[in-house]
Amino acid sequence: MANLLFITVGLPLLGGLLSLVTHRNPKTSIFWGFTCSGIAALAGLVLGLIVLFTGLPVHFDLPWSVFNIPLGFTAGPLSAFFLAVISIVNLAVSVFSFGYVKEYVGKHNIGLLGLLYNLFIFSMAALVVSDNALMFLFFWEMMSLTSYFLVVYDHQSCHVRRAGFIYIIMTHIGTLFIFLAFLLMYREAGGFSFSQFTAVGHDLPIKLKTIIFLLVTVGFGTKAGIVPLHIWLPRAHPAAPSNVSAVMSGVMIKTAVFGFIKVVIEIMGGGPVWWGILILILGSISALLGVMYALMEHDIKRLLAYHSVENIGIIMIGLGVSIIFLGVGNNRLAMLGLVAGLFHVLNHALFKGLLFLAAGSVHFSTRTRDIEKLGGLLKKMPWTGFFFLIGAVAISAIPPFNGFVSEWLTFQSLLMLGTDSASPLLNILGPLCAALLALTGALAATCFVKAFGIQFLALPRSENAEQAREVPVSMRLGMGILALLCFLFGIGPVIVISLLNSVTTALLGVETLSLLSGYRWLNVTSMLGTGTGISPISLLVVLGVGILLIFTLLRTVGKAGTTRMDETWNCGMELSPRMEYSATSFSKPIRIIFRKLFQPKREIHKEYNLEPYFTSSISYKGSIKPVFEQAIYRPLTRISIKIADKIRILQSGSVHLYLAYIAVTLVVLLIFAR
Amino acid sequence: MTERLIAGLLQSVLLVFMAPMLAGIIKKIKARFQMRKGPGIFQPYLDLYKYLQKESVVSYHASWIFLVTPYIYLGAVLAASTMIPAVFTGSLLSYTGDAILIIYLFALGRFFLTLAGLDAGSSFGGMASSREMAVSSMAEPVMILSLFTLAVNTGTINLTGIVSAVAEAGPAALTPAHLMSFAALFMVALAETGRIPVDNPDTHLELTMIHEGMLLEYSGKPLAVLTLGAAVKQLLIYSLLANAFFPWGIATEMSVEALALGTVVYLAKVVLIGAIVAVVETSFAKMRLFKVPELLLGSFLLGFLGLMSKYLFGGS
Repeated sequence: MANLLFITVGLPLLGGLLSLVTHRNPKTSIFWGFTCSGIAALAGLVLGLIVLFTGLPVHFDLPWSVFNIPLGFTAGPLSAFFLAVISIVNLAVSVFSFGYVKEYVGKHNIGLLGLLYNLFIFSMAALVVSDNALMFLFFWEMMSLTSYFLVVYDHQSCHVRRAGFIYIIMTHIGTLFIFLAFLLMYREAGGFSFSQFTAVGHDLPIKLKTIIFLLVTVGFGTKAGIVPLHIWLPRAHPAAPSNVSAVMSGVMIKTAVFGFIKVVIEIMGGGPVWWGILILILGSISALLGVMYALMEHDIKRLLAYHSVENIGIIMIGLGVSIIFLGVGNNRLAMLGLVAGLFHVLNHALFKGLLFLAAGSVHFSTRTRDIEKLGGLLKKMPWTGFFFLIGAVAISAIPPFNGFVSEWLTFQSLLMLGTDSASPLLNILGPLCAALLALTGALAATCFVKAFGIQFLALPRSENAEQAREVPVSMRLGMGILALLCFLFGIGPVIVISLLNSVTTALLGVETLSLLSGYRWLNVTSMLGTGTGISPISLLVVLGVGILLIFTLLRTVGKAGTTRMDETWNCGMELSPRMEYSATSFSKPIRIIFRKLFQPKREIHKEYNLEPYFTSSISYKGSIKPVFEQAIYRPLTRISIKIADKIRILQSGSVHLYLAYIAVTLVVLLIFAR
Repeated sequence: MTERLIAGLLQSVLLVFMAPMLAGIIKKIKARFQMRKGPGIFQPYLDLYKYLQKESVVSYHASWIFLVTPYIYLGAVLAASTMIPAVFTGSLLSYTGDAILIIYLFALGRFFLTLAGLDAGSSFGGMASSREMAVSSMAEPVMILSLFTLAVNTGTINLTGIVSAVAEAGPAALTPAHLMSFAALFMVALAETGRIPVDNPDTHLELTMIHEGMLLEYSGKPLAVLTLGAAVKQLLIYSLLANAFFPWGIATEMSVEALALGTVVYLAKVVLIGAIVAVVETSFAKMRLFKVPELLLGSFLLGFLGLMSKYLFGGS
């Protein structure tokens, strides 16, 4: 067991080094880099599952210590769950990368990519099993730095460098808050280990607790990308190579969710009800704004990145409800929210990983991420198209795929908020947030009809799309793993719910299985209210039987169904790709309905042969107002530049003066910090 | 157990066979209001029969999405029909009859239908798909909000649970919250079933069409499947309106008399709702597309007021 933990954490280090050493030969470099990360992923998955099944933590001590603080790794149930999620995505991405990374051969150093990728995986795996806050912060920082280098991997492009710059600034601001929170807890606990934190965490004075809560909400919220701290996310995720984007969007932002749950629920054991309300509202707003901005994008990877903001919002809704019920002292209902949130963590990792890999495949064979230039790919790339469709259906929360189950659980927890809490405010908030969640889900479906329809259906809109070819087997296999799991957890959600049993038992002392699974694991039934359930398997059977019935009936009824292939009806004109509906036009109704939010601008220039009847050319430019950048970040940057200007007076460039500063500081410190 | 299964299946069969007739009845009533004789109420069946005899034309540009969509659309609607309490509560599959599941089953059908609209590459289909998704996005929160307002009473979002609870409460269930939620859901039902003032079911004119535009490329048997699917979906939504808010008369036990009474009452309720829809369709003009969100926002606010009134006035 401890060996498995050792492999999970250690093997990526070896893989990274081997990949770097062999960088002159890209093939061996790819082989070593991604085989090692793949094996580590398998080990992590097995380890995670074992811990989740038995509920017994696995511990592993390192033989050395820093500042007398012993270093070690512990995989408890919560860590094991996140380790399993990281490992599943890492496994699929490693397989995918064998084919995908060839795109970069000859352009960039493959060994470096292998090294960074492995270090990135290493830091995330080590982060979730860290024993103490110092190691947590160390690996957190390592994760941020390796992902920064991965974001700017394609550093020749100016956009990429700028995206990286914003990312590294935002992530460090976030880290600062986490640092402060951990230091505050260190002062109370007298040590850095999480077990010491947990020992005192429950009984901290409420003011201190609230300060810590707010600090970690901002700190982890920055990494998770909740609105309005999300601005780095839609820039950085698309800039990285697609396999890395899959890991960043699928798992990296989940480490923030891990940290948040660890501090707020495990260490502090929840708090007053308004914490939960705050998280619930933040979550609802993030979900809604995330999907709305996603609808306005036609860069497929930016679109997906905005959907990460949305899904983090949905996760936060579940967690918010959980914290509300913890505050009331109703752990059974808190469990429901927590399970909804954690289930969505897994689901989002699966389908978002899948979608990013599919987007990477499309880029691999068409060299473009602009969906306006694609079209008709389903015929050229049938497998990629099929996998993207599965991801799209799953993320739109449509049954019988996994996204539906976790969203259903979230709806259930919101319903409980409406019925089982005493205050009218919460009773109204529950259904209202449910309505917002429904709006989010419907808009997500709209967005993915657009993303799939414009990319994969109808006629190709450019030369590149016309010449697209299906991607190599390894890439299809990588996507296939995730697509299969999306389906599997969609029809057998009790598998996941039973795995979460040990997590909720450890955190809340409530089991999931007895309260959530119905007859012989066939259905998910919430035993908490009057009882309602869904049974995805029987739904699948009913759907299958229904479709089969229609099929056979159609075969027998009516004339022997002749089918003729012909041209699309186009009022008698020949159809050309320029007549097709584009992504911009598809999202136009939404843009107009929510024009107050988007404040769209458009410029149209027409040139005429004979004014105003014969137009020879039209150019169209449309944009929406980047509200958050203008309303929050611009003023903040301006203020910090102003302050920096004032401070510059101190820096005269004279060494004598600097020495004087040091002397003064020393004296001040000697006086105050005896 | 077996009789519940059989009764449930019979109920689904009834729903599927009734659905075109309801469409015919609405047409007939509309025609009467317009001082026309109108086609007979069995005309939709004849239309379906006609489609079944025709050859089907498929575009060169279309993919397999276009071919599978009719099956998925009708399949999803059929699956929903097994879960909705129409004539009696407690059909075997009704434990999966969660209202959220039913709404998302409709979303499954819609997802594929809108993709099929884009598939052939015609801008009519794209336009209709885009509008359909925008309108339904605005409609979905209202559906959830009004169903949740009902559900908060009973603590379950299961339709059987809601229906039984309202039926037991009797006239006491008719609180302002109840009626406002009904009104909100009724407005949304007009949008979801493609009725005036949101969509015009009688025309293919490109300026107005939403639902019909997506079907434009279909012909022959697939068109028959989709037309039937739309009719059944309409009936299901009306059943939801009728039974979730006014369940009285529904059979709560498995006896022949109760079932017979349940069937009669159910049919009467659905036809009544159809008649109201016909009145609305004749007395309003179709709205401009971008006025529709205002209508739906209005219904959302109505639903929200309903929810608030529950806590202001008390009541069930």
